[in-house]
Amino acid sequence: MNIVVCVKQVPDTATERKLRSDDKTLDRDAADGVINELCEYAVEEALRLKEAHGGEVTVLTMGPDKATDTIRKALAMGADKAVHLVDPALHGSDALSTSYAMAQTLKKIGFDLVILGSESTDARTGMLAAMLAERLGAPQLTLANKVEIGDGAIRVQRVTDYGFDKVEASLPAVVSVVEKINEPRYPSFKGIMAAKKKPVQTFGIADAEIDAAQVGVANAWSEVTDFAVAPPRAAGTVVKDEGDGGVKAADFLASKKFI
Amino acid sequence: MAEILVLVEHVDGDVKKVTLELLTLARLLGEPAAVWAGPGYSDIAKGKLAEFGAEKVYVADSADIVDHVVAPKAELLASLVASRAPAAVLVASTAEGKEVAGRLAVKTDSGVITDAVGVGEGLVADQSIFGGGVNVHSRVAKGTPIIAVRPNSTAPVPATGAAAEEKVDVELSDSARAAKIVERVKQEKGARPELTEAAIVVSGGRGVGSGENFAIIEKLADSLGAAVGASRAATDAGWYPHAFQVGQTGKTVSPQLYIAAGISGAIQHRAGMQTSKTIVVINKDPEAPIFEIADFGIVGDLNQVVPQLTAEIAKRK
Repeated sequence: MNIVVCVKQVPDTATERKLRSDDKTLDRDAADGVINELCEYAVEEALRLKEAHGGEVTVLTMGPDKATDTIRKALAMGADKAVHLVDPALHGSDALSTSYAMAQTLKKIGFDLVILGSESTDARTGMLAAMLAERLGAPQLTLANKVEIGDGAIRVQRVTDYGFDKVEASLPAVVSVVEKINEPRYPSFKGIMAAKKKPVQTFGIADAEIDAAQVGVANAWSEVTDFAVAPPRAAGTVVKDEGDGGVKAADFLASKKFI
Repeated sequence: MAEILVLVEHVDGDVKKVTLELLTLARLLGEPAAVWAGPGYSDIAKGKLAEFGAEKVYVADSADIVDHVVAPKAELLASLVASRAPAAVLVASTAEGKEVAGRLAVKTDSGVITDAVGVGEGLVADQSIFGGGVNVHSRVAKGTPIIAVRPNSTAPVPATGAAAEEKVDVELSDSARAAKIVERVKQEKGARPELTEAAIVVSGGRGVGSGENFAIIEKLADSLGAAVGASRAATDAGWYPHAFQVGQTGKTVSPQLYIAAGISGAIQHRAGMQTSKTIVVINKDPEAPIFEIADFGIVGDLNQVVPQLTAEIAKRK
C-alpha cells in the first residue's frame, strides 16, 4: 500500500507569531519552525498501517527550504522517503491554492491512502483534507479517531458533536486524524541516523504541473486587508481567597448578569 | 437584495442556536435564505427559522444527503450558488462546517474564510488568530464569499421572516457518495449544552487532580446550565474525555462566560478560549499566566472555591 502522509512545518506556538507587514502573510522567519503537532499523529498512523498491511510511507510537505527539518523528523519516526514541494511561487498560498498544489503533486506521485492531521496550529482552517478529497475525487474520511483497513475497504470512526460516525469507503481515500488517535513514537537514535540517508525528492511547480496563476499570495482567493496585534485584555480584578472566594466570584457573576 | 445562504445546523429536527446567530448576522448583509440539508424538516423548524428572519428556506430533505460525509452538503450548496447567485454563504465554523465550506470553495472556485468572529460591511470578516494574539480583517477576493462564523459571535435576535419554502432536489454525484456513514454512535452527555455552542463553559485542568474530582466542575457547570471543558493536561491524564478538550489541538470555544479552574493557561489552552467574552479564573498559583486574561480571578484552592461558588449560585436562584 502506498501511503502518503502530508506534514506541515508551523511556527512554534511557544514563541511569538507574527504576520509580515509587507504582504500580510505568516512570518516564517520570526519563529522557530516545528512539525505541526497533529501531523505527528498522522505520521504515526501511517506507520502503524504500513506495519499492519505492508507498503511504503512517503512524506509530502509544501513549504520553504527550512521545512526539510520537518521532513527529517517524519523520516526519523520511520517514513521511507519524502517529497518536498518547494517553489518561491507558492509563498503566501491560501487554503485553495495549497490544496490545488498538493493535489497536483499527489496525482503525480500516486497514492492509495493520503493521511493528514485534522488541522494546523498556524492557519487552523481545518479544511485541507476535505479540499484534497474534493480535488482528488477520493472519499473523505476525516476527523478520524480510529482507522481500520481490511477486505478492500477502509473504515474510520469520525468524531462528531454527539459521539462518532462509523464511516466506510474504498481505497484510494483521504484520511485526517485527530489528537489521541495514537501515541506518536519518538524517533530513535537509529531512526535519526537512518533519516539522513533516506531519499528526499524536491518538486518545483513545473514538476507537479502546477499553474503559477493558481498559487501564491498574489493569486489568493481571500486576502487579509489589515491586521493589528490584539490589545491586551483590560486588566481584571484578582483577589486572594480569604474563605469567601466563591461568594466573591458569585458577586462578580451577578454583576455581569450571569446569575 | 441578494440572498445570503445560511446552512442550517439541526439535531433531531431542532434548529441549533448557531443557526439563529447566523440568520441574525445574515439580515445585516442581505436577505437570509436558510438551507436545510437532510430529513427532519417540520413546521417547528420552519417556525424557528421564520422567527429569526429567514425569508426563504431551501429544503433538501433526502436521507442521502446526511448519510455520506460532508460532500453532499457541499454539492447542495454549490447547486444553490449556481442557480441563485447569493451574495455570500454562511456556515457555522465547526469542524464539519469548515469542511463543507472547504469543499464548496473548491466546487465554486470561491474564496473562503474560517473562524470569523464577525462579518461587517462589504463582507469583511473579523478573525482572531495566533491564539488571540492578532486581530485580522479579511475578505474574499474571488467568487462567492464563503464564510464560516464561530458560534457565539453574534447574539441571536428575532425578526420575523416569511420562511417561504422551496424544495430542492439534488442529484448527488458518485464521488459525493464515496464515504458512507454506516452507523451513528451517540455518546451520553446528559442535558448539558454542546461545548462549542454553549453560552457558558466551565473547564477544569491539572489542578482538579483526578477524574473523580471533575464532579465539582460538572456541578458548577450544571448550576449555570453550562458545558464542561477540560485542558489538555486533564485529558492527557485520562480524567476527562478528549472530546471535551479546549485548546489548540482540541475544540475552540468563544462563549459569553468561560470559567477556568485549575488551568495554568499555556498557549495550548488559550488558543481555544481566548475570544471568550468574560473570563473567570480560579487557580492557586498567583503566577499562572491565565490570570493575565482574566476579567475576574481568585487565587485559591479550587476544592474550596468551586463548591462554594456552586452553592452560592443555587442560593441566589
